[in-house]
Amino acid sequence: MFELKFDANICLSCGNCDCLTRCQYMDIDRETAKTEITKIASGEDSFVLHDCVTCYACEEYCPMGNHPFYLIVERQEELDIPPLPKPLIERGIQTGIPFRGEPEIFEAKEPALCMGVFSDLMYLIQGKLFDEFSVISEDPRKMFHYFCQLMYLHYARTSVIKERLPGIIETIAKHGAREIVFFHDECYGTYDSYCSAVGIEVPFKPVHLFEYLYNKLNELRDEIQPLNMKVAYQRPCSSRLSPDKHHFVRDIFDLIGAQSVDREYVDETALCCGGTIQGQRREGSRLRSADVQERNIEDMVNAGTEVCVFNCPACYNTMAGMVSRRGIRPVYMSDLCRLAIGEEPAGWR
Amino acid sequence: MTLAEYKYADTIHRCFRCGYCKFPVNWMDVNNCPAYARFRMETYSCGGRLWLTKAWLSNEIDWSEHLAQILYSCTACKNCEEKCPLRFNVDIFNMIQAARAEMVERGLVPAAVKEFLENVQRHGNPYGNAREGRGEWSQETGIEQYQGQDYLYYVGCVGSYDTRAQQTARTLGKVLLRSGVSFGVLGSEENCDGNEVNALGEETLFEMLAEENVRKFKDLGVTNIVTLSPHSYNAFKNDYAKYDGSFPVLHYTQLLRDLITDGKLDVSGGMNARVTYHDPCFLGRWNGEYDAPRQVLSAIPGIELVEMEKNRESTLCCGGGGGNFYTDFLGGSENSPARIRVREAATTGASVLAVACPNCMTMLEDAVKAEGLEDKLVVKDVSEIVGEVCGIG
Amino acid sequence: MSSVYESLVEIVGGEHVSTQAEELYIYSFDLGTTEPHRPDYAVAPRTTEEIQEILRLANREKVPVAPLGGGLSLAGLALPLKGGISLDLKRMDTILEVNEKSRYVVVECGVSQGQLTSYLERHHPTLMHSEPGAPPMATIAGNMAIHGQGDLAHPYGFNSDMVNGLEVVLPTGEVCRFGSCSVSTQWYTNHPLPDVGLFLGWAGTTGIITRVSMKLFPHKSIVGAGQFVVKDENLIPEIIHKITHTEMVHDLVAYSQAIPPFSSGLHHLTINLSADSEKELAFKMELIFDDTLGHYIRSGDGGYLGFNRGLQRPQVSKTSDWRKGGGFEYVGSIMPVETYPDCYRRGREISEKHGIPYTVLGRVIGMSHAMMFSWTYAFNRADPETMDQAREALHETDDLVLELDGAIWKPGTYGQKLVMERMDPNTLNLMKKVKQLLDPNGIMNPGNWEVS
Ligand SMILES: Cc1cc2nc3c(=O)[nH]c(=O)nc-3n(C[C@H](O)[C@H](O)[C@H](O)COP(=O)(O)OP(=O)(O)OC[C@H]3O[C@@H](n4cnc5c(N)ncnc54)[C@H](O)[C@@H]3O)c2cc1C
Ligand code: SF4
Ligand code: SF4
Ligand code: SF4
Ligand code: SF4
Repeated sequence: MFELKFDANICLSCGNCDCLTRCQYMDIDRETAKTEITKIASGEDSFVLHDCVTCYACEEYCPMGNHPFYLIVERQEELDIPPLPKPLIERGIQTGIPFRGEPEIFEAKEPALCMGVFSDLMYLIQGKLFDEFSVISEDPRKMFHYFCQLMYLHYARTSVIKERLPGIIETIAKHGAREIVFFHDECYGTYDSYCSAVGIEVPFKPVHLFEYLYNKLNELRDEIQPLNMKVAYQRPCSSRLSPDKHHFVRDIFDLIGAQSVDREYVDETALCCGGTIQGQRREGSRLRSADVQERNIEDMVNAGTEVCVFNCPACYNTMAGMVSRRGIRPVYMSDLCRLAIGEEPAGWR
Repeated sequence: MTLAEYKYADTIHRCFRCGYCKFPVNWMDVNNCPAYARFRMETYSCGGRLWLTKAWLSNEIDWSEHLAQILYSCTACKNCEEKCPLRFNVDIFNMIQAARAEMVERGLVPAAVKEFLENVQRHGNPYGNAREGRGEWSQETGIEQYQGQDYLYYVGCVGSYDTRAQQTARTLGKVLLRSGVSFGVLGSEENCDGNEVNALGEETLFEMLAEENVRKFKDLGVTNIVTLSPHSYNAFKNDYAKYDGSFPVLHYTQLLRDLITDGKLDVSGGMNARVTYHDPCFLGRWNGEYDAPRQVLSAIPGIELVEMEKNRESTLCCGGGGGNFYTDFLGGSENSPARIRVREAATTGASVLAVACPNCMTMLEDAVKAEGLEDKLVVKDVSEIVGEVCGIG
Repeated sequence: MSSVYESLVEIVGGEHVSTQAEELYIYSFDLGTTEPHRPDYAVAPRTTEEIQEILRLANREKVPVAPLGGGLSLAGLALPLKGGISLDLKRMDTILEVNEKSRYVVVECGVSQGQLTSYLERHHPTLMHSEPGAPPMATIAGNMAIHGQGDLAHPYGFNSDMVNGLEVVLPTGEVCRFGSCSVSTQWYTNHPLPDVGLFLGWAGTTGIITRVSMKLFPHKSIVGAGQFVVKDENLIPEIIHKITHTEMVHDLVAYSQAIPPFSSGLHHLTINLSADSEKELAFKMELIFDDTLGHYIRSGDGGYLGFNRGLQRPQVSKTSDWRKGGGFEYVGSIMPVETYPDCYRRGREISEKHGIPYTVLGRVIGMSHAMMFSWTYAFNRADPETMDQAREALHETDDLVLELDGAIWKPGTYGQKLVMERMDPNTLNLMKKVKQLLDPNGIMNPGNWEVS
């Protein structure tokens, strides 16, 4: 039905094979990288398919826009090399099934914002930055009708994504907004990157939350009181699907007077929150995840971080308690922005 | 009205009677529904009230004075809404209110409630005092009649008529004068805000009061309101919009906090006292304002602010809400919520029990007397504490 | 009748006794599917002495007395099946003593589970009791009266195994004490004297428990729950066996339910751990999730879902709202752990037959010595048909428990009958004699455990 656009020929002439040589979870030299990616492309087994922690990063590393990560998970599914144990996969797939009635379709005025599957977090989009929005997916009982499904990349189940996504897109599109800001950048990545990679048509224009926030903050420039906080950003896996929007993190920090700390695991070398790694089938996954988290947080602490800024609720759930036990305050980007314009965000206390 | 016509016909049976709603946030006892605390019979618990409402509307039980009293013993404190884990929790008080509305409609309210409502209708206050006397509290204070100043200082019925609460109203007025706030009062022109009338289920009267007040405020060109009572604050903030009256409104503790922050109110004189603060339901649980009064108190040097175990979301209502300061369905026992509350305040070792609501003031002060705690504990309004610090008597 | 009323007023005061329609209505229901049974009086005493007086009166006048704690046992056990007095014991709510060194607490019968947990958290943070998953309004004594189990059931067994001493008012009005408190001022053990305790598990049919001394256990500063998921129900008994072998776990529960969909057809194990240091926690986690369960993870049969610190009080009553209907009832049973797969499969069939989303749960008691297995049926209180469905399903489940060779836990009258039909006749006869001896006029919670 929907075919991933991956061109193995590009890899053949690729210089560095950044996709795999830069992988932070496997130590791969250039030659091996080339062999393995070629094997994967041609449908053969590869150790990469077994050891990949599904961090999404190679999707960003590939300078040719050749979707190595999407390829890896497609092959994992085809060759039945599930990164997670089967019950977790089944659980995950069932999680996305809507079970509390049909969504209420209303005409969304622009600007529109879609909460996706995070309707429980409506408290994060309060105040001046958000009050103009017509909000799609406000009701937690109906939120699975707006679930972008991309989470199933971690489950190596692109078949589920491809099966469900068109219906989800249709539901969102029924609200009639042409431009939609997505609360979660996984949704943004879905409609911007994934859909085009596999040829699913998207009848609206997704807007990245941070791009929106940056522009809105610029409008409210006069009200900004510099925060003077030392911040570290916990970059979520999904942000690897929109590397072109990643600069907005720093742009926003600059605008609101938050200082990004100088640290090792940042931007392209950011570490995964570990949430998905801990449950993987591969031997030692739980400890591997704990090690990633430990290195990540240690690095924040050493860099003098006061506030750890989150975008993704899953990262937040996994890491908020951990960072706060180390004296770092966990906060969502939207809350940080609200704080900067003198509001008292609900999630701050 | 039959059960089918009841606005919450689809919801009321969803109460499981599991009893989470009896607890404060930290689960320390089952006494946080003030009516249940007072009687400790299941009928008086939140779940009991909901089940009885349903039974009455579906003719499983007949109306009785006792039933009416059970329904009216709820003080609208919203502790139940805070604790009930089920999704319908946001409507619990609405369900009770709607049942009361039906009692009003059928003329089946308890005598004290009837009196309350008639007094408000005739005299603009529950006490049945003369309208002309409403402004007397402000005589010789220098407080002006409202005529387009920045703020309308809305006092409310209790502050206008209750002798003790009048002192509070005066002190707050003087504190505002001292801070250079431009404000005026309506005096004998002021009318009941209707918050309790609404809670008692007299929707028509509430509508009348709201419309009249909105018209009056608009005619006078009111731009900002500051209220003495959290009850008025609640009505203006949450209910008047329906009647086309969206006025920016502050509870006075919010204004005092801002005045202190902006350096317009000097509290550096300080006061040496251990103070504990009682959150009024209509400021706290109804409107989420827990900080402003605490910020005011904490800004005063020498005050040691100690918390009761039940504070903020967990506060035990003084028992005066929903008209109970007048109808008094919860009085007359050592288990009256106000008495439980002052005993709790006394155990903190505080010498001052600070309140931010004239209803709480009258309820808790009476309770201090009833408990014989006068030597240990004085009830003072936050504005009075500030007044004292500024040398205003 | 009015003379009984007046005497009751004299005993507890006018505000604490009622014959008004409202109280009689409310006290005629519990939360489950049992038909209402109207009491003649609702009475809420405050002291043991008042209870003595009430029982003397009731015994004299042959008025039935149905003790009521939180009223959360769901199977109609605390309803006045034969009228009389509904005796609401929740005013008996003083926590009398905590002995830190000997790790016990003495409470009045009506102290709620939530109140005790909160008290210990605030005043004795290194101690805890075994709190059942019931709403926190459940009382300590009510739970003892039905052999309840709490969140320490895996290491320490039934709550009624944690009793260190009891004070009981007999149906004839005398007060008896059992355990060390009968010979000393201390309530530290229920032994070593001749065992005459005939009140635990008797659902209030032999007397009223007025005070309980209960064992407390170490409460460590870090608590949390790990989750493990499997698809194959047949794996559950062996996994439970392996986990309990580590002796590291606080509470061990397996559940499966149709709604929300994520759990449908899957079995989640909730594995509670506690530790006093990060080191201790890391050690326990490794032992359990890597060394003990790693094999299932690698084979792809079991999945580790993560560990969350802090334990929320379970908000089980949410189940009551699944059919937007304010109600559910469950059949509880005490079963061998190895019956889990059958319990699940057969229970699911019953649910599906009655069109109710299935919900089953097994909590390990002791070192895998038994489990409490429950089948829950939600209903809509506004829709009598769904209540009938639930009632039928409950009865079929009672039958199932016995068919699977288990014992029904806190059965209602239907289940009691089934149990008594099966029971060893000599045991049954002894129960009858005990009843006659203690309660000659049959006033205590009549309708329950009545041996014909
Ligand atoms: C959602 C839910 C979850 C539950 N989970 C659990 C669980 O995890 N573990 C568990 O053990 N139970 C559980 N239960 C069952 C039950 O709620 C509890 O066992 C509870 O502790 C019973 O206490 P109660 O005070 O509500 O007892 P009640 O229901 O009031 O009484 C139980 C029985 O004891 C008698 N009785 C009450 N007090 C006394 C007394 N002082 N002296 C003599 N007899 C008395 C009553 O007459 C009745 O027969 C659950 C119930 C619900 C609704
Ligand atoms: S996927 Fe991209 S980075 Fe990797 S080898 Fe191919 S072209 Fe190069
Ligand atoms: S997804 Fe991450 S772990 Fe997997 S190959 Fe790409 S960079 Fe490596
Ligand atoms: S109001 Fe909510 S918490 Fe209270 S008894 Fe009803 S369902 Fe339970
Ligand atoms: S609003 Fe307060 S008084 Fe009324 S039922 Fe709820 S907890 Fe009780």
